[in-house]
Amino acid sequence: MTRVSTRNRRDAVKQLLENRGELLVIAGLGSTAWDITAAGDSPLSFPLWGAMGQAAMMGLGLALAQPRRRVLVITGDGEMLMGLGSLATIGVQQPPNLSIVVIDNERYGETGMQTTHTAHGIDLDAVARGCGLRICPFENLREAIHEQPGPNFAAIKVQAEKIPLVLPPREGALLKARFRRALLGPDADSV
Amino acid sequence: MWPEAIHRELAAAQIRLVGYVPDAGHKRLIELCQADKAMRAVVLSTEEEGIGLAAGAWLGGARSVLLMQSSGVGNVINALGTIKECRFPLVTIVTMRGEEGEFNPWQVPMGQATRTVLEAMGTVVHRPGTADEIAPTVNAALRLAYNSYASVAVLIPQRVIGIKSFQDQTNQ
Repeated sequence: MTRVSTRNRRDAVKQLLENRGELLVIAGLGSTAWDITAAGDSPLSFPLWGAMGQAAMMGLGLALAQPRRRVLVITGDGEMLMGLGSLATIGVQQPPNLSIVVIDNERYGETGMQTTHTAHGIDLDAVARGCGLRICPFENLREAIHEQPGPNFAAIKVQAEKIPLVLPPREGALLKARFRRALLGPDADSV
Repeated sequence: MWPEAIHRELAAAQIRLVGYVPDAGHKRLIELCQADKAMRAVVLSTEEEGIGLAAGAWLGGARSVLLMQSSGVGNVINALGTIKECRFPLVTIVTMRGEEGEFNPWQVPMGQATRTVLEAMGTVVHRPGTADEIAPTVNAALRLAYNSYASVAVLIPQRVIGIKSFQDQTNQ
């Protein structure tokens, strides 16, 4: 059932985040957190080091709190599988400013490259479509993230390969504080 | 009534997002939040989603509250680790089951472990004893969470909710 992909995950994420402007980014734990850091760390990125299964919901909370900003969740197939119900929750809310991109290597990359459900034919695009999200092809994805009314979704097949770690700051409170200051300005410390 | 009093506290504290998993004990409060144009009520497929929702909302500068039954507390344990590590403010209002007069034995294990589980994950637990104490306790929880970046849970006792049988639950 596996579709062989030659796409490199770091190139794909770099392409999506090119000239990101005011885009707010949440990354799921593990490889996608390293991917967005390799593309260039930013205070408007919130890379998770835990909370597996929560990336999409953090994106929803952020998108509802900041309806005038575009929000992108970049996460892995294993992380998305742990929170499939969140796609149904997002489908009910229909946030127009939220996009979710799953970088799908069909593996649990941090635990020994064991296969995930997507290696056995489980189709995340079909799940998301069934939950009322708009499925986007990779070719138009960057444009969709910045402009297309969402909620948008794409599962991008990439090569299963071990690549060097590029680690963002590790402390959760620091990541939270820098994100809020960058987004909310000086008010972040007094609300 | 205490649900109206809680809603007034949430409105006064400028709560904008209300994550919830439906529960008989929270039925009235959920309806009040749904009807409030200043609030967005977000139905969740599992309580764990509410932790991510609250964290994301705070990253974006919005205050939120999470409503669940005591059985749902078991579903949020690992996610509470993120709340603690990042010092996200969090207010959870929990309607208790498995306490005084419980009629469903399957509710008892999680109900009896609710406080222990929350405290083990660094959440401050408030438990008002009577209906009159609920709103002031929620007020205090909101101030503790949003002024001190704490995770705070308010446990509403089963005795106050008054559900004693399946029939009562259906009639709520």
